[in-house]
Amino acid sequence: MIWQALTLQLGYNATLVALGATLLGIAAGVTGSFLFLRKRALVSDAVSHATLPGIGLAFIVMVAMGGDGRFLPGLLLGAALSSGLGLLLIAWMMRRTRLSEDAAIGAVLSVFFGAGIVLLTVIQSMNAGRQAGLDTVLLGSTAGMLQSDALVIAAGGAVVLLLVLLLRRPMLVVGFDPDYAAVSGTNVGRIDLAMMGLVMAVTVLGITTVGLILIVALLIIPPVTARLWTDHALRMVALAGVVGGLSAYVGAAVSATAPALPTGPIIVLASFVLFALSMILAPARGGLALIRRQMRFRRRVHRRQGLLALAVGQTIHEPFTLALLRREGLARADGVPTDAGRAAAAKALLDEARWAALRADPAHGLSASRYDALTRIETVLTPDQIAELDRHLPRPRGVS
Amino acid sequence: MGAEFVALSLPPLLIGILAAVTCALPGNFLLLRRQALIGDAISHVVLPGIVIAFLLTGTIATLPMLLGAAGAALLAVVLIEGVRRTARIEAGAAMGVVFTSLFAAGVLLLEQSDTSGVHLDVEHALYGNLESLIWLDATGWASLVDPVALAGLPSELPRMALALLIVCLALWLMWRPLAIATFDEGFAATLGLPVRAIGLGLVMLAALAAVAAFDAVGSIIVIAMFICPPASARMMTDRLGAQVGWSVAFAILSAVLGYVAAGYGPLWLGFENSVSAAGMIATVSGLILGVTMLAGPRRHPAGLARKG
Repeated sequence: MIWQALTLQLGYNATLVALGATLLGIAAGVTGSFLFLRKRALVSDAVSHATLPGIGLAFIVMVAMGGDGRFLPGLLLGAALSSGLGLLLIAWMMRRTRLSEDAAIGAVLSVFFGAGIVLLTVIQSMNAGRQAGLDTVLLGSTAGMLQSDALVIAAGGAVVLLLVLLLRRPMLVVGFDPDYAAVSGTNVGRIDLAMMGLVMAVTVLGITTVGLILIVALLIIPPVTARLWTDHALRMVALAGVVGGLSAYVGAAVSATAPALPTGPIIVLASFVLFALSMILAPARGGLALIRRQMRFRRRVHRRQGLLALAVGQTIHEPFTLALLRREGLARADGVPTDAGRAAAAKALLDEARWAALRADPAHGLSASRYDALTRIETVLTPDQIAELDRHLPRPRGVS
Repeated sequence: MGAEFVALSLPPLLIGILAAVTCALPGNFLLLRRQALIGDAISHVVLPGIVIAFLLTGTIATLPMLLGAAGAALLAVVLIEGVRRTARIEAGAAMGVVFTSLFAAGVLLLEQSDTSGVHLDVEHALYGNLESLIWLDATGWASLVDPVALAGLPSELPRMALALLIVCLALWLMWRPLAIATFDEGFAATLGLPVRAIGLGLVMLAALAAVAAFDAVGSIIVIAMFICPPASARMMTDRLGAQVGWSVAFAILSAVLGYVAAGYGPLWLGFENSVSAAGMIATVSGLILGVTMLAGPRRHPAGLARKG
């Protein structure tokens, strides 16, 4: 069943929904990347929660006008209007009052959501038809989604992607260095506004699929996942799109197989699995790489200290150090150095002596600051400089 | 204003007030430390905690629920810090990754498990059931001194009162070091104060408030009360003590006005049904914040001159 779902064999409607969700996921990952680079990831949380009163009001207005309260474009328009108002309020609070951004986000989020809940209870008590259907905006559902809805979402996702493509340069510059962007003639305020507009569009489009509580995950988790793999900004944006699209696709397909599998949470958990794998496996930033780096550092410290101990004829009692030196053929099991070990120890001692001379000389302040008892002096000084240094050294002793 | 009020409105009103104040108190410090959104994160992760506690014990008894929620809050704090350090990303994004994932896991567990026999669903988690916390044994004001009737009070009331007591006590004990660490962490560290432990203690205190209030009133009030009353109080004063006092007053005002508006407002307007009290309390706290932001004596950002 799941395999059929993943290969799009559950019928035309399910296929359409899965493709629409995928496009939405790509748009969310890509848009969220710029938000993440701007260090404003949690603004999306306020945006998504602030859609609720707009949805409620739109429903009430549409019913009052005698229409169907669940007409999707109408609901999306209401959602966009109220989350737009929320964004303006956050900007106003940060500029005009002493509140910081997190407080402004939290205030807008909770108050708008509270007002939305009030409106939902109003709708529940309205006699105009079944209110069923509005609950799905909280957690999202693709079950019973109409073809036209899927098309609206897919088309919206495509438009968002196109706009991101057009605006990627200024958004990147503003994300990395807003001051530089302002100096070089970019209108930072307008670019921020455009970025927020795109975030709002993704949020509004995602309400029916992912639900407004969890859409924020689709804007945050894929960019963070992508960030683990690369330091190149546009590659990160593209990768975030892939992660977002893949998560949304898997989530929509899997949830189509059973009614008790709500779409939003599955999409979020799918993206979390990708994130968790990246946390472990990613080069440079992943957990495994971190452990490997630490072990390597430990080995270097032990090797160096072991060689210095050999150089002055001390016995090595540390088992790890001894094992390390034995493995490299520098010492025997009883701790006596081999010929290669004697040579390496003499080299280490000479290195140490050169460093000591270097650090005693104020003229070499900058080079001396690189001393960490591990770095070889050849990587800091030129051969000429080392020769100059050696002329002032006491004659090196041989290692017995 | 007779027997009906005591039985139907007094307990939820009191619980609402207690929950609001319990959350607003630690909220003051979270706001000043720019950690206001910790409350948001905690109130989301409480859901998986209580769902797992329910799956393990099979009941919705109070103690396992509280333990599960507190465990989830602690796990979330540890995970956020771990993600932030390992991946070297900003705290907001780390928070967003962790709390949305945990919340999604909670929702999925809830949908997959059979909770039809008990009152446990996502809507309940979001906006609680304040209106249903009624006192069936009450016959009038006299019941307030009648031990038999008092035994029938909703258990949320004494629990919330206990949580408020613990929060007050902890803040009273931690006041000076907490205030110093909040305003100048570096200075606090040079004084030898355990700044990390103080920060963690504050977060745990917030978690306690969130967990206790969550069960009675839902997470939406929790988030609103962590932020709105302290933020309103910030507009009124520059002194910490006064700010805490103002925030308590605003929290009480929000709870009372919100509850009354939700319960009676629609009736006055000619509708038949009342609306969500939790949502209304959050809305009222936002209106109060709006008023103080427009007219509070200390509303201006630090950089702008105070013109009046």
